[in-house]
Amino acid sequence: MADVPFRGGGFEIRDRPLASFGGLALFIALWQAASMFGWLNPIFLPAPSAIGLALAELWDSGEAQRHVGASLLRIGGGWALGTLAGLAVGVFMGIFSLARAAGLPIVSALFPIPKIALLPLLILWFGIGEASQIATIALGVFFPTVIAGYAAVDAVPRNLVRMAQSFGTPAADILRKVILPGALPAILSGFRITASIALMLVVSAEMIGARYGVGALVLTAGNLMQTDKLLAGVVMLSILGLGVGFTLSRAERYLLRWR
Amino acid sequence: MDLIVENVTHAYGALPALEDVSLSVAAGEVVALVGPSGCGKSTLLGVVGGLIRPTGGRVRTQGAPLPGCLNPITPVFQDFALLPWRSVADNVAFALEHHPLSAAARAERVDDALRRTGLADFAGAFPRQLSGGMRQRVGIARALVVEPALLLMDEPFSALDAQTRDLLIDDFLALWRRTRVGALYVTHNLNEAVRLADRVVVLSRRPGRVRAVLPIALDRDARARPDAAADLARLHDQLWDLIREEARVADRELIDG
Repeated sequence: MADVPFRGGGFEIRDRPLASFGGLALFIALWQAASMFGWLNPIFLPAPSAIGLALAELWDSGEAQRHVGASLLRIGGGWALGTLAGLAVGVFMGIFSLARAAGLPIVSALFPIPKIALLPLLILWFGIGEASQIATIALGVFFPTVIAGYAAVDAVPRNLVRMAQSFGTPAADILRKVILPGALPAILSGFRITASIALMLVVSAEMIGARYGVGALVLTAGNLMQTDKLLAGVVMLSILGLGVGFTLSRAERYLLRWR
Repeated sequence: MDLIVENVTHAYGALPALEDVSLSVAAGEVVALVGPSGCGKSTLLGVVGGLIRPTGGRVRTQGAPLPGCLNPITPVFQDFALLPWRSVADNVAFALEHHPLSAAARAERVDDALRRTGLADFAGAFPRQLSGGMRQRVGIARALVVEPALLLMDEPFSALDAQTRDLLIDDFLALWRRTRVGALYVTHNLNEAVRLADRVVVLSRRPGRVRAVLPIALDRDARARPDAAADLARLHDQLWDLIREEARVADRELIDG
């Protein structure tokens, strides 16, 4: 007789909240220690404490609010514009074969262009200022939203549409009550991607043609070798990104509470 | 209201699915449709439900449905086809929303359908919270709420485990006693067919043709009694004899022909 050897276990991710917090804390502590021991040149990589001080200074002078506010406005405007237009076109392409056949080659051709390359053109069209920056972000958000939109409509189970047709539900009601709610999960996960695109584009656009905005702050600080201020801007971007992600998660949890 | 299917032929492109199928379902009659896999049973239900335009033949109804009927031919789906973002009551109400009913009349119909299917306590639950059996009860409640003349049931209980299926069949028979609604009932399960149907229509393998029609003369309520078991077993064997050889061939066929 022999015991059956145990060979299960593992390959299972569990929540370890303490370790999650500890990892981040340890990383910052090691970085701080390295700076204090003089292993890191403060010009090239300032200590976390110095970045924190720079951040506090920016906040006290009101500069931080001004830069973040300017960036948020551009992200908000550009993202909203690109999303609204992208969803309209995407859902349209999801429903009508003709629209899809005609639109898909255009979208596929324009989608891979890094939209920041269009900023100079947009500046010629709209002048240096908010309009060209917002247009860049809107364009960057538009194409992925179109693709997410029609893929989301595709992902709505056809049997739900057939069910609605079997009850004589009018087409407009099927769109509103079956297709749009059914597409919502995929559309919302598309928002995550477009939000990070908007964040990326706002920084690049602000580096090219803006006085205020986190991108402008980072660029100016870099030109003046103020690396603590530069990294303070980077921290703002990190917080901004986390904030957007958190908001989207909350929206998802509320809108998809039926899951 | 009677349903008359006349010489329906359908092909998906070059692939024939149905060939010259004629059958009828009288008001309040339950007709089971059996046949080997891929014999076009689901296609036929699609044609009868008005979701598939047949390449030939026609489907007609004769006589008016009872007053109060909003959707004479109404489906119950194998996979339930519930809207996961709607509660049980709202899923049932979905069938009524585009009809001009007062809010009170709508609520009364929904309540009544939920009561008849034993769902009254689950009105606010979401589909994901329900077992498969309860989900199909919602599907049945949604079908009943429009007071249909004919139910199109595409293997309605085949996604359920055997015990749940028996429970739902019992409930369904009880419902049938009170609500005289006709049904065209597609099933793979010959036991189900002989237990539920007034007539069983046997389709041949692809392209589906009506191979035989087997009336089941036993009273539906009497079929649950032990002394009916021998009769039902005989009918079952008779059906199986009609299908077995074709089912064997169909099983060994490639799906896309």
